Amino acid sequence: MEVTIQHIASLKPLFVFLAPLAGLLGIVLLRKHPNAREGATFVAAISQCAVVYSMLPDVLAGNYPGHIFWEILPGVNIQLRVDPMGMVFAMVASTLWILTTLYAIGYMRGAHEHAQTRFFAFFAISITATMGVAFAANLFTMYLFYEMLSLATFPLVTHHQDKEARGGGRTYLTYLLGTSVGFALPAIIYIYWKTGGTVDFMSTEVLNWHIGKTEGGFLLLLLVFGFAKGGLMPFHSWLPGAMVAPTPVSALLHAVAVVKVGVFCILRVYTGVFDQELLHSLDTGLIVTYVAAFTVLVSSLIALSQDNLKRRLAFSTIGQLGYITVGASLLASGAIKGIDAPQAMIGSILHIAMHACGKITLFFCAGAIYVGAHKKYISELDGIGRRMPFTMTAFMIGAFSVIGLPPTGGVISKWFLIQGALEAKYTFVMAILLVSSFLNIIYLLPIAIRAFFIPQNEGAFHGRASEAPWQCVVPLCITALMSVLLFFFSGPLLELATDATQFLKPR
Amino acid sequence: MSEHSPVLLMVCPVFAAVFCVLFGMRNKAVCLPLVLLGLGGSLYFAVDVFYQVQASSSKAISYYLAGWNGTDFPRGVGIEYRVDLLNSLVLMLIPAVGLLAALFSREFVPRETPGKEPQYYTLFLLLLTGLMGMTVTGDAFNLYVLLEVSSLTGYALIAMGSPRAAVSAFQYVILGTIGATFYLLGVGYLYIKTGSLNMSGIHHAIVAHGLMESPAIYVAFILIFAGIWVKLAFFPVFNWLPNAYSQAPTSTGCVVAPLMTKVSVYIMVRVMITLFGADYVYGSLDWSGPIVWVSVIAILSGSVLAFAQKDLRRMLTYLIVAEVGYMVGGAWLLVPGGMARGELLSQTATGMVGTTYHIISDAAMTLCLFMAAGAMIRKAGSSRISSMYGLFSKSPVTMVCFVVGALSMIGVPPTCGFFSKWYLVSGAFAAGRWEFAIALLISSLMNAVLFFRVIEHAFFMNPDDKGEENIAPAFSENPSSMLVPLVLAAASLFAIGLFNKEIAGYLEQFLFYAQFGSYG
Repeated sequence: MEVTIQHIASLKPLFVFLAPLAGLLGIVLLRKHPNAREGATFVAAISQCAVVYSMLPDVLAGNYPGHIFWEILPGVNIQLRVDPMGMVFAMVASTLWILTTLYAIGYMRGAHEHAQTRFFAFFAISITATMGVAFAANLFTMYLFYEMLSLATFPLVTHHQDKEARGGGRTYLTYLLGTSVGFALPAIIYIYWKTGGTVDFMSTEVLNWHIGKTEGGFLLLLLVFGFAKGGLMPFHSWLPGAMVAPTPVSALLHAVAVVKVGVFCILRVYTGVFDQELLHSLDTGLIVTYVAAFTVLVSSLIALSQDNLKRRLAFSTIGQLGYITVGASLLASGAIKGIDAPQAMIGSILHIAMHACGKITLFFCAGAIYVGAHKKYISELDGIGRRMPFTMTAFMIGAFSVIGLPPTGGVISKWFLIQGALEAKYTFVMAILLVSSFLNIIYLLPIAIRAFFIPQNEGAFHGRASEAPWQCVVPLCITALMSVLLFFFSGPLLELATDATQFLKPR
Repeated sequence: MSEHSPVLLMVCPVFAAVFCVLFGMRNKAVCLPLVLLGLGGSLYFAVDVFYQVQASSSKAISYYLAGWNGTDFPRGVGIEYRVDLLNSLVLMLIPAVGLLAALFSREFVPRETPGKEPQYYTLFLLLLTGLMGMTVTGDAFNLYVLLEVSSLTGYALIAMGSPRAAVSAFQYVILGTIGATFYLLGVGYLYIKTGSLNMSGIHHAIVAHGLMESPAIYVAFILIFAGIWVKLAFFPVFNWLPNAYSQAPTSTGCVVAPLMTKVSVYIMVRVMITLFGADYVYGSLDWSGPIVWVSVIAILSGSVLAFAQKDLRRMLTYLIVAEVGYMVGGAWLLVPGGMARGELLSQTATGMVGTTYHIISDAAMTLCLFMAAGAMIRKAGSSRISSMYGLFSKSPVTMVCFVVGALSMIGVPPTCGFFSKWYLVSGAFAAGRWEFAIALLISSLMNAVLFFRVIEHAFFMNPDDKGEENIAPAFSENPSSMLVPLVLAAASLFAIGLFNKEIAGYLEQFLFYAQFGSYG
């Protein structure tokens, strides 16, 4: 299907971007009334989500709504544009923000956390930054919001303000700022300087005119490793460190928003910065594929050895992010030259959505177990399924999706990724993806199985373990349900992902 | 509006200083309003001058003092005030910083220098007069006179600080005087060779008499730059600066730290471009290789030494040393022969644009950080970084401003510090000076660690990580006389950043009219 692309000026992207900031105002003003304060978050989240979905028909028809804020440097605007890839990400993030808000209310009140106003306020800022990255029309805008996200999530990661939080926060910022300032920023300045100010994602051919093979190879590596939120080894340690945050943060930010911003940036680098022609000529493309495949395999192995539930999930996330990067990196393979819509890329984009639903369910469950039973370690969870049946059933479904078993969404994106690996003639990638899926089964399913089939230890729960408050349980059931629904109704997402890969073929 | 604006902007604070002594002795309450009035007048005339420069066809205006018309014999001995696109920006910057620092000083001066308010404010005004004079003058000898005016008042203002400040001020006097003497000696050489003291007059004489290769001019260049670099606290003579600035009274720090080194950088740029000329500095005499390397060392040593500091203000003063390295290095990043290859001025001279842009942005962020540090120290009761815990709960507005200043120093968009780095790094790429680009990025990262160390202390409640209880200290914000200038300074960081394109445009235009890139 050939789509003619049109850019239309629209205030909708601006609204999506500003809704959380308006919510922030409400949160701060209503800080003395917790119920009204959370109401403000809901109003912002629901209206944002509605506007995001209202843009879907336009984007599918090839009309990309956009908004220009400001010409910040000669030739470079701070500019938003809603294209299919950004749309997928924005739909996922805005939908899950509503559910996370509900969950956060249950969790924060259930666990008697302090400074809840600050928590919800910085949450809103983080969502703004996430939307900014999703809709960024050029490299500069994307970097701006990427940095904003790193800084806005610092108070969330260090929320507990104790020694552990301090250590986690340090690792978090060191890795994220270190890589973005040390690698990504010089690459962006270099591109800006070389192209005379063209950093828009829609004019990738300009870079091809100005740089050679060697420079291009370096730039690719600098950008891919510079956006370390994507969790590529060896710059992945911030993610397990960030697990000191309250669980809603781990759930939305470190399974959906922050980490997906990282891989989204990498996808943008592959589709919006480098021309396909240039990409095929680079020598370093293969390095990224190898590193990402290595990340997939090693993180799955590390996950096996973790007893802390959230840490195990964190390493699982690193592995799943590796899938997405692998998919994008296959674009550099010569075998897919001239192919209309590379399947690996479609798989990568779909995996953003599929993995988000599955993994957020798992994190929600981890938090619900903490609130309901005060357990953090997997070895303590024997027999908990009878006390928390809804939570553990949802956990099972989420695990299915992350592993990629039907009938869950995860199977679709993995299908495309494996097809893509074959299409690109990278059989070893396919092998690694399959082995890793097998490892996923080993480290995720036993948790659910032990919860249901091993009788609980006498006195393990002191009689106080039961389902978490309904605000926690309802969202996790919904996300589990969504994982299943995505299997049956993946049509619009697939269409968006295909559209996103349309303009990739060499001109 | 008035053709006399270039001189009126200096007259205002001088008269305010005189009245400050006359009336302030009887009633201390009149001092601060007089300061604000004098600096407000300066700012008004500086803005007027700015528009006049914009309107003039050559983008520069001259004002001949005492009716000297510039053509009399002996040529070039007589004071000319000359304002072009570069110093019109710096001229607005100085009274603006002065005004904010003066507003901020209300809480500090009566406490830190009790009973000496009239003297303090008189010196304060004269210091700013000297700095504005250095900026506005087009005469090399007059520059020396005004340099001494600002230096002498600066020594006195610094010596009024903590008991140890007198020693530091003495060290500063010695080195400052040596620097000024070097400068004067160099000007003497130039006068003997060219018979002129006027900056552009000297340049014309050098070109007209074919003195480009003259050893005397070479010696003059070395003497003048040795003098300026001592005044700048450029590596290796920088040790006086952290001592002097960190022991000065709080409100002195807020005006000396943002302005003194920045005006000196302006002088360096002025001497390079107008007095010796780009053709001499980059053409006949190409020192860019070693100077950029020394800047790299300056940047790294400033950052490393900042790490070793446990005192907040001392840490900030070492960062000034690093920032000076940014600016000196950037000024020497011209791409040789770039114009001849048909490249645009904006591509060949990005480093110089970065240096001049950084004069403005660094003044704003240093002001913001020094005021924020003063306010934080006031709340924490000590200047040790480890005593800053819990400040986010105590005084959130102060801390938010500090964070904004820190982000600018780290170089997070859209604050002005990011765009300084942007231009400087692009300039380094264009000139092929990778070491400078890498040093800038390392310094960014080190700044991130340095500032997050402070922010972390302020964000966490317990000084020693012991105990589970996180009891937030009660809310007690600084008075609004401190918060208003602080918030304005923090907001200006965003404004300077968002309007970087316009400011850089002026600076490029300045370089164009100064025939910066015309040699080839």
